[in-house]
Amino acid sequence: MVPKRMRAAKALVKCLEKENVKTVFGYPGAAVCPFYDEMSRTGIEHILVRHEANGGHAASGYARITGRPAVCAATSGPGATNLITAIATAYMDSIPIVVITGQVSSEQIGRDVFQEADITGAAEPFVKHSYLLKNAAELPETVKKAFYIASTGRPGPVLLDIPVDVQLAEIDFDYPEKIEIRGYKPSFFGNKPQIKRVIDAVRVSQKPLICAGGGLFGNDAHILMRKFAETADIPVITTMMGISAIESNHPLHLGMIGMHGKEIANDALNNCDLLILLGARVNDRAVLALKNAENLKVVHIDVDPAEIGKNIPASIPVVGDARAVLEQLLELLPEKKHAEWNGYLRDRNSEYSIRDVAPDDKPGCVNPKTFIKKLNRLIPDDTVIVSDVGQNQIWTANNIELGERGRFITSGGMGTMGYSLPAAIGAKKAAPDREVVAICGDGGFQMQSMELATAVQHNVGVKVIIMANNRLGMVREVQEKLYGGNLTAVFLDGSPDFVKLAAAYGINGEYVDSGGEAEKALITLLASKKPYVLRVKVDENERSVL
Amino acid sequence: MKHTISILVENHAGVLARISGLFARRGFNIHSLAVGVTENEKVSRVTIVAEGDNYALEQIEKQLNKLIDVIKVRSVKGNELLSRELVLIKVSCAPAQRHELISIAEICGAKISDVSKETMTLELSANEARIATFEDLLKSYGIKETARTGVIALQKGSGAL
Repeated sequence: MVPKRMRAAKALVKCLEKENVKTVFGYPGAAVCPFYDEMSRTGIEHILVRHEANGGHAASGYARITGRPAVCAATSGPGATNLITAIATAYMDSIPIVVITGQVSSEQIGRDVFQEADITGAAEPFVKHSYLLKNAAELPETVKKAFYIASTGRPGPVLLDIPVDVQLAEIDFDYPEKIEIRGYKPSFFGNKPQIKRVIDAVRVSQKPLICAGGGLFGNDAHILMRKFAETADIPVITTMMGISAIESNHPLHLGMIGMHGKEIANDALNNCDLLILLGARVNDRAVLALKNAENLKVVHIDVDPAEIGKNIPASIPVVGDARAVLEQLLELLPEKKHAEWNGYLRDRNSEYSIRDVAPDDKPGCVNPKTFIKKLNRLIPDDTVIVSDVGQNQIWTANNIELGERGRFITSGGMGTMGYSLPAAIGAKKAAPDREVVAICGDGGFQMQSMELATAVQHNVGVKVIIMANNRLGMVREVQEKLYGGNLTAVFLDGSPDFVKLAAAYGINGEYVDSGGEAEKALITLLASKKPYVLRVKVDENERSVL
Repeated sequence: MKHTISILVENHAGVLARISGLFARRGFNIHSLAVGVTENEKVSRVTIVAEGDNYALEQIEKQLNKLIDVIKVRSVKGNELLSRELVLIKVSCAPAQRHELISIAEICGAKISDVSKETMTLELSANEARIATFEDLLKSYGIKETARTGVIALQKGSGAL
């Protein structure tokens, strides 16, 4: 077949079509106009966000639901630098996104011209890989590589920086079916002798424990993890990134570990004799609770060899794709029962649970933990909950109950405030039929409230719950604990009436300040087909954990 | 502890920045760094001497391997290594001192690369210890300027990276 001659910008759009991209989140500017011009003539839908970072977060939310790389775009200079936080957020949580930025004309690069920024340089610490495309003829192959790199191995963001003259150049379009990158050969299957060692360890263990992380979601490996746990009767704890890897009310599920985690999960972590880490890099917040790491047998299964032994010593390392390794393990896994161990955990859990009941609402406000428990009873089985960062994140993480098909999404590694609404918009675009609820605080909301316009313009029916205490609550907790209660710069006086703000965007909303109204308000929120904002007054003294 | 790390990389723009940036962000100090094209013009060889414990070395090797432009990484132990560094040293040298300096150069296996009325520039290719001795011997003459290439290294015997 004779390759077709066309503009590189058109070829770029064709590449996206070949990669089955249906939606691009972004914000245009002069340096990326050729791409936008060509995209407007195709079936690809463009979602115009109101800040470039939110285009990145929306792509992240989209990718987390589809398991495929999602695309965001911005112009050169400030458009590109605004994206850095989103790129870093995706990098820390291993989310596959392909970021397209326009760049000033090739011959002007390095002269500090208008809206020039060295974005491949600036984003280097936060990308899985990046390309500054100087030769238009290499565009199709480079795009193919970008999608391949973003989605395979340990997923992550890949940046494509394309000078405007390169976008305008004429090239022969021929999209490669396969590509070879000699420096990039991610492991897929686990090493067979190591798999056998894992099985042997499970066989002799009296008190095994699975720790499920965010690495299980990419290709539905979490479903196999559940099967693994059930076959060998192994209890499951999760990291924050791993929440919803197993349905909340599963008898083997214990909850989230870590500094802000469940007591029972941390108890299990400290009393198990075999810890199986699955797609979890167990960062500092997660393993602070682990006190006997030296005597513990640790199986660490991860696609990234650099994560194994980084934060916790591994006795049996297995490098491979979570799904592939689980398939290998399930072939050999013996059926087992751990009645004593699970019995111990059940007893301990009922002791902890006495302290973990839904607290009463104080007059004039809603208890956030009780509120989330009310939400649990009303949401459909396959709901996507997107939490922001701060107290709202911990309240949600520790109290949300999701079904087998439910999903919890948050900025786990980077802890990026303002992630929830744009990520929820992305998630809802990926799964229009599922309920998608963003939960944020009043601090985080004001970092992203402009995205209400995006939801309205593009008819994205996301629901927003603002847990408002007029405080940067988590910072306040730190100041109370470590700075002698010197509360500084944490009061959000001057904030607008969020319900009126929503109304200004044409979005319905409600304000509740008592537990009695909360349930009715939630029913209204969930019944709405359009975006909806619920502002919930929460007690300013309520802590994130007990 | 010092480690010598040999890295084969794609020979194109920006690769060195990715590698040096990685060392900086992971808190791994670079002692010396040398880059040059290999027998394959599309591949460059980077030789880095860096300091760190074994945990740091393992991490840096793994992190280097994650870079898409990195083809191969290997750290080689000192006794399995053939390592060389080229140094140019310009020392003050009155005409009367020339003979002394020439004999130091001869003993150390160095060459005289340049002479002026007041200076002499000597060139030595050797391992780190011999360069240190050489430098020491020249100190009393007054070293005006030094340039070093950084260590390059290959493993001994028939093995290749």
